[in-house]
Amino acid sequence: MPVMNMVQALNQALREEMARDPRVVVLGEDVGRRGGVFLVTEGLIDEFGEMRVIDTPLSEMGIIGVAIGMALYGLRPVAEIQFIDFVYEAFDQIVSNMAKIRYRTGGMYSVPMVLRSPCCGGIRGGMHHSQSPEAYFMHTAGLITVMPSTPYDAKGLLKASIRSNDPVIFLEPKSIYRTIKEEVPDRDYTVPLGKARLVREGNDVTIVTWGAMVYQSLEAAKLVEEKHGWSVEVIDLRTLFPYDKDAIIESLEKTERLVIVHEAPKTAGPGAEIAAYIAENHIELLRGPIARVTGFDTPFPLVHEKLYMPNIARIYMALKKVMQY
Amino acid sequence: MEVLGSRDILNLDRALGLYRVIDEDGNPVAGEPSLPDKLLLDMYTYMIRARILDGWLLKLQRMGRVALHAPNKGQEASAVGATLALKREDWLFPSYRELGALLVRGMTEEEILDRALTTIDDPLKGSDFAIYGHRKYNIVPAPVPVANQIPHAVGAALAAKIMGDKIVTMTFFGDGSTSRGDFHAGLNFAGVFKAPVVFVNQNNQWAISVPLKRQTAAPTIAVKGIAYGVPGIRVDGNDVIAVYTVAREAVERARSGEGPTLIEAVTYRLGPHTTADDPTRYRGEEEVKEWERREPLRRMRRYLISRGLLTEEEDKALWSEWEKRIEETVVKVLEKPPLPPEVILEDVYEEPPWNLKEQMKELRESIRLLKELGIELE
Ligand SMILES: Cc1ncc(C[n+]2csc(CCOP(=O)(O)OP(=O)(O)O)c2C)c(N)n1
Ligand SMILES: [Mg+2]
Repeated sequence: MPVMNMVQALNQALREEMARDPRVVVLGEDVGRRGGVFLVTEGLIDEFGEMRVIDTPLSEMGIIGVAIGMALYGLRPVAEIQFIDFVYEAFDQIVSNMAKIRYRTGGMYSVPMVLRSPCCGGIRGGMHHSQSPEAYFMHTAGLITVMPSTPYDAKGLLKASIRSNDPVIFLEPKSIYRTIKEEVPDRDYTVPLGKARLVREGNDVTIVTWGAMVYQSLEAAKLVEEKHGWSVEVIDLRTLFPYDKDAIIESLEKTERLVIVHEAPKTAGPGAEIAAYIAENHIELLRGPIARVTGFDTPFPLVHEKLYMPNIARIYMALKKVMQY
Repeated sequence: MEVLGSRDILNLDRALGLYRVIDEDGNPVAGEPSLPDKLLLDMYTYMIRARILDGWLLKLQRMGRVALHAPNKGQEASAVGATLALKREDWLFPSYRELGALLVRGMTEEEILDRALTTIDDPLKGSDFAIYGHRKYNIVPAPVPVANQIPHAVGAALAAKIMGDKIVTMTFFGDGSTSRGDFHAGLNFAGVFKAPVVFVNQNNQWAISVPLKRQTAAPTIAVKGIAYGVPGIRVDGNDVIAVYTVAREAVERARSGEGPTLIEAVTYRLGPHTTADDPTRYRGEEEVKEWERREPLRRMRRYLISRGLLTEEEDKALWSEWEKRIEETVVKVLEKPPLPPEVILEDVYEEPPWNLKEQMKELRESIRLLKELGIELE
C-alpha cells in the first residue's frame, strides 16, 4: 500500500471521484493551473480539463452561490475556499441557501455539494489564515461538518462527503497536511460520516477531540501515563455534526471522566455543545466536572500561537483537574 | 441626450485609454511635465527606499524572522505616485503591497520592520502578517481578506463629509479584489453619496495564479466605475509621474465636493505573490522579462538623468546611502526582544471580560508548567 500524506490522499480522493462520476466538478481560486495553494487539486486540470476544474474570479460569495446553483441543476460540485478564514463573504449563501434549500423546498431540491477548505492554526498564519470556525457550521441546521486527522480518513471522508446528498463543510487541518504520513489504499473506499474513531484505548479519562489536536492529546496522554499512571482514552470525532454521541457515551461508561480538546475558541464553541449534551442526558456517568481545553477567546494571534492553541501543558492541566477532582 | 447629465462621468476614453507622461525608456510622451524638481527627485527616492526595504523583507522571511511578505517589486510607482497627491491629514486604507505608500505618509523603515518582525515595538502588537499602518499617519492597517477595506474608505470619506472636514480618503486594492462584493458595494455607495474617496486599483495582471481575464470580461477595470457613476481613469502604473498627475486630479475633485474617482494603475508584480508562492507554476519567463523592461525605477532614473536632474554618480550615491541606512535599521531591529505572551489576550475589548481574565491565568499557569516540564513548544 502506498504511503501518503493528507494532501496526496485528498488529491487521490478527488481524482477517483471525478473519474467515477462525471457530475463531480471542482471550482475555486487558484485550483486549476496552480493546483491550489496547498496543491490539493494538483494535476486535476490536466486530467479533467477546464470545464470540470474551474479557476474562478476572486469571490467567495460567487464560488459558493454558483456551486449551489450547479448542485441544484444536478452536478456534484466540490468548491474550495482557499482558507476557511475567507468564507465569511459566502455566509449568506451558506446559511440562507446551502443549508436551507432542502427544508425551504419541502425536500423537493437538495444541494449535494462539498465546501472544502484548509483550516486551523499551527503554521504562523496569523488571524486570517488560522481560524477554526466549525461551530458556526455545526450551529447551522442542514449542514454536515467534517474534519479528518489522518490521510486515510481524509480520503475516505472526502469520498463519502462527495457522495452525500446533503451539503458538507469539509475542513482540512493544514498544519498536518504534510506532517502525518500513513498507508492509504490505492482503491475506492469510504469512511462513514457520523462515526468517530477510537485513537487510543484507556480506562481513566476520555479525551474527545479532532483535527490536529488529536496529536496534542496523544502526547499529553503519554505524559500523564508516564507521570501518574493514568490511562487516557482518545476519541477523534471526525464528523463534528452529526457527531457520534454513542462513541462518547460508550467511552464514558468506562472512564467516567471527560476532557474536550479543540482549537476553536471556548465560548459557545463546539465543546460547549458536547459538554451540554452529556451533562443534560448522561450526568450519571460522570464522576466530576467536564473540562475543555480550547483556543482562547480572542482572534487567532500571529505571535505565540503555540501558547494560544491547546498544547501539552494545557491538556495536562485539564487532565489533572479532572483526575484529581 | 446627456445620460445622467455628465459627460465626464461617462468619459469612456479615459477609462479605456492609458494615460502616460513618460514612456518605457523614460522619454516624455507629450512635452515636459511641469512638476517641481524636488518632487520628481522625491518620487524616485521613495521608490528606491521601497525597493530596498522590499528586498530586506524577502530576505528576512527566508531567514525565518518574518512570517510572510508580499513582494512589491515592480509596483513602486503606483503606491508612491498616488499617495504623494494626498495631504497629511488625509486618510489611507492600504492593502498589503504598498510599502512606498507607507513611506510617503511618513512611516519609517524602523516602524515597518518592527511590525514585520513583531518586535517589542511592533505598533500593532503582533496582530497579523503583511499589514502595516499607524494612527499617527492616518493609515488604517488592512484586513487580510482582500477588498474589505474598500467600503471602509468610503465610510470614512462620508464621515468626513458629514462632519464638514475637507478630508479625502484613498484606498488600494488589487485586480483580483475587484471581483468581491466589497468592491461593488464600496463603489456603489461612493457614487450614490458622492463620497470624497479615491480608489486606486493596482492592476498587476495576476491574483496569485489567476490572470486578469479570469476576473472580468470588461475591457478594463477603470470602466467599471462608470456603471456606478464614478469616473474611471486608466493610467500607466509604472509611470510615477502619470500616477501622481491623475491622483492629484482625483484628490482635488474629491476635496472640492465632486465625489469619487476610480484609478486603474496598470502595473505588474515582478516577484512571487508572496513568499509562499511559486509563480513558475502558472506564468512564463517571457512575460516577466517583458515587464522587467517597463519597471518603474529604471524608467524614472532615465528620465531624471535625461532632464539633468540626476547624474549617474548621484544615482549611485543615492542607492548606497539608502542601502546603508536601511541595513543599519535592520541590524538594530533584529536585536530587539519579542513581544511577551500576554499580548495575545489583550485588545479584544476595551476592558477584558471575565473569560479573558480566567484565560490569562490559564496562559500563565501553562507557561510555568512548560518550564517545569522542560518542554519547548516552537
Ligand atoms: C477574501 C479573500 N480571499 C482569498 C484570499 C487569498 N488571497 C490573498 S491575495 C489573493 C489574490 C489577490 O489578488 P489581487 O487582488 O489582484 O492583489 P495582488 O495580490 O495581485 O496585489 C488571494 C486570492 C484573501 N486574502 N482574501
Ligand atoms: Mg493582482
